[in-house]
Amino acid sequence: MKVNSERLLGMYRNMLRIRLFENKAIELFASQKVPGFVHLYIGEEAIAVGVCACLTDRDYITSTHRGHGHLIAKGGRLDLMMAELYGRASGYCHGKGGSMHIADSDLGILGANGIVGAGMPIAGGAAFACRYRGTDSVAVAFFGDGASNRGTFHEALNLASTFKLPAVFVCENNLYGISNRQSHHMNVNDVSDRARAYGIPGVTVDGNDVVAVWEAASEAVDRARRGDGPTLLEYKTWRQRGHFEGDPATYKDAAEQKAWLARDPLPRLETQLQEFGFADAAAIAAIRAEVEAEIEAAVRFAEASPQPTARDLLIDVFAA
Amino acid sequence: MTQMTYMEALRDGMRQAMKSDPNVFLAGEDVGAFGGCFGQTKGLYEEFGPKRVVDTPISETAIMGLATGAAAVGLRPIVEIMFVDFMGVCMDELFNNAAKMHYMFGGKTAVPLVVRAPCGAGFSAAAQHSQSLDAWFAHVPGIKVVAPGTPADAKGLMLAAVRDNNPVVYLEHKCLFGMTGEVPDGDWEVPLGKAEIKRHGRDVTIVTWSAMLGKSLEAAEILAADGIEAEVLDIRTITPLDTEAILESVGRTGRAVIVHEEVRTGGFGGEIAALIAERGFDLLDAPIRRVTAPDTPVPFSPVLEALFIPQAADIVRTVKELF
Ligand SMILES: Cc1ncc(C[n+]2csc(CCOP(=O)(O)OP(=O)(O)O)c2C)c(N)n1
Ligand SMILES: [Mg+2]
Repeated sequence: MKVNSERLLGMYRNMLRIRLFENKAIELFASQKVPGFVHLYIGEEAIAVGVCACLTDRDYITSTHRGHGHLIAKGGRLDLMMAELYGRASGYCHGKGGSMHIADSDLGILGANGIVGAGMPIAGGAAFACRYRGTDSVAVAFFGDGASNRGTFHEALNLASTFKLPAVFVCENNLYGISNRQSHHMNVNDVSDRARAYGIPGVTVDGNDVVAVWEAASEAVDRARRGDGPTLLEYKTWRQRGHFEGDPATYKDAAEQKAWLARDPLPRLETQLQEFGFADAAAIAAIRAEVEAEIEAAVRFAEASPQPTARDLLIDVFAA
Repeated sequence: MTQMTYMEALRDGMRQAMKSDPNVFLAGEDVGAFGGCFGQTKGLYEEFGPKRVVDTPISETAIMGLATGAAAVGLRPIVEIMFVDFMGVCMDELFNNAAKMHYMFGGKTAVPLVVRAPCGAGFSAAAQHSQSLDAWFAHVPGIKVVAPGTPADAKGLMLAAVRDNNPVVYLEHKCLFGMTGEVPDGDWEVPLGKAEIKRHGRDVTIVTWSAMLGKSLEAAEILAADGIEAEVLDIRTITPLDTEAILESVGRTGRAVIVHEEVRTGGFGGEIAALIAERGFDLLDAPIRRVTAPDTPVPFSPVLEALFIPQAADIVRTVKELF
C-alpha cells in the first residue's frame, strides 16, 4: 500500500489536532484551568498518527501517561477529552480520570495509564482475545524507552511471541525517562535490539517522519493480522517539552533540543505535502483554521460543562 | 532548632544518615542531579556523588531487589519508589523477601532497608498517583511502617528508620512537603514505635497520623470553641504500633475517634478500633468512630477529590456525635 493524498492529508490533520490540542493544554494548565499532571506529546505526533492510521475501531491500543496523541490518533473526541482535562462531568471519564486516564472502549482505546509499563501485558491480553474470538483484530501497545526497562516489557514480549499473539509493541524512544537519558538507563542503543531475545522482529525507524512510521507500522500490523505474531517497533523521537508541564527540563542539552526542533514532524510533513503536490500553502492553512475552530469548540464545551457532584464520587466503583 | 519544611527535614534526615554511615546510599528514579520528582533529594547528588546517590532505570522490581540484596549483605539502602502507588510493581521483593528473610532464615539475615514512598491525595493526580496504602504494608509481619506528619518527625523518623535493622516503609505525604516547623539540629532520632500527643485534651482522643494530623488539629481548635477539648494523638509509626499510648489517652478521655486518609475498608483505623475494643472497652463512654476516605479509588476532579479526602469539618461532626 502506498501513501496517497487523502491518507496523508488525513494524517496531517490528526497530527495538527494533537499539536493544537496540546498547545491549548499548555495554556490551560498555566492558567490553572486544567489541574493535575499533564504530560505532553508535542514533537512525537507522527508516531501515534502513523501507527493508528493502520488500525480500525475494531483494533485495540493501550496508551501511556503521555496519552493525548494516541487517543486523538485513534479517533478520540476532542470535546470529551478537553472536558476530562477540566475534570468535568461531561468528560470521557466524568472527571474521575483526567489527562492521564482517558479511555474510549467503543474506539478500542483501552486507556491512558499512569503506571509506566502497565500497558504492554494488557495489550497482550487484548491480542489474546482477538485471536480467541477468531477476528483479525490486533492490539497495539504504546510505551516509552524508559518503560522498556520494566519487567512487564520483557514478560509481555515473551508471552506474545510464544503465543504468536496479534500484537504490536510500539516503543516511542524520546531518549529520556523523565531526567534520565537513555544511555544512562540501558546499555543498548536501539530498544529494538531487545526483540531478538524474544524471537520476534525488531525495527528502528525515524519517528518524526510520519510516512516512515506508517510504512513500518503497516508491515507489523499486517503481520499480526495474518497470525504471524508480534513485532517490536522502535521510533526514535524527541519530547519537545518537559517531562510534565512545570518541568523546566534543564537536563536537556540546548544544542540537541535545537537539532530536534529542526526535525519537528509537522513542518516536515507540510513540506512533504507540498513536494508531493498533495496540498499547497492555502490548503494547509485551511486545515489549520478548521482544527483551530475544533479546539475552540472543545474548550467551550468543557467550560460550559457541569462539575461532577458528591453522587459521582461513589458510583462506578463496581460494574453493575 | 531550625525552621524548615517537611521536605527539607526529610532530606536533612537522609543527609545525616549518609554522613554518619558510609554504608548508607540512596537509589531510585531521578533521585540524582534532577533531585527527585518533588525535589526531595535536591543537593544530595552534589554532596555525596554518583556512588552514593544512584539514578536507576524505571525498574521498581530491580530497585526493591537491589535494596533487599544490598541490605542482606550489610549495606543500608534508602530507596525511593516515586509514588507509593508504584509499590504494586515491587511488592514481591518487599513482602515475600525483605520482610521474611530474618524470620524464615532463623534470625540470621537482617534486611536494614528504607523504602521512601510519597503518598496521599490532594494534587488531582488521580487514582494511580494519590493513594494511601498504609495498611497494606502494616499487614505484613517483618515490615515497619512510619508516616511522619510534621517536619521534626520527618527528620527524626528517617534517621531512626535507616538505623533500624529491618525493612522500613517510610510514607512521606505529598501535601506536607511544604509544611514548615521547628526541627532539632544535627543527629536526632524519633524512636520507631512511639506515638506523640500533639495536642492535650480531656474530652476525646483523636488518633491519627500523616496529613490527617493537621486536619485533626484544625478540628480540635474548632471543637475547643464549642467547649470540647480534643486530645490529638499522632501515632507516627503505624507498625509497631504504640498501643499503650492509645489506651492511656483513651483511658483519660473515654472517647476515641480515628482519622485516616486511607479508604475505610481494611484501613489501619480498623486495627486501632479493634485494639481499643479488645483492651479498652471499659474505658469508653461512647462508641469508637472512624473518619476516613470512602471506599473508592481517588478521583481526578478537584471537586471530587476534596470530597474524597477527610476534612476538618468531617472530624468535627463525628466528634460532636459522641456528646
Ligand atoms: C511504574 C512506574 N514507575 C515510575 C513512574 C513515574 N514516571 C512517570 S513517567 C516516567 C518516565 C517514563 O519514561 P518513558 O517510558 O521513556 O516515557 P516518556 O515519559 O519519555 O514518554 C516515570 C519514571 C510511573 N508512573 N510508573
Ligand atoms: Mg522516554
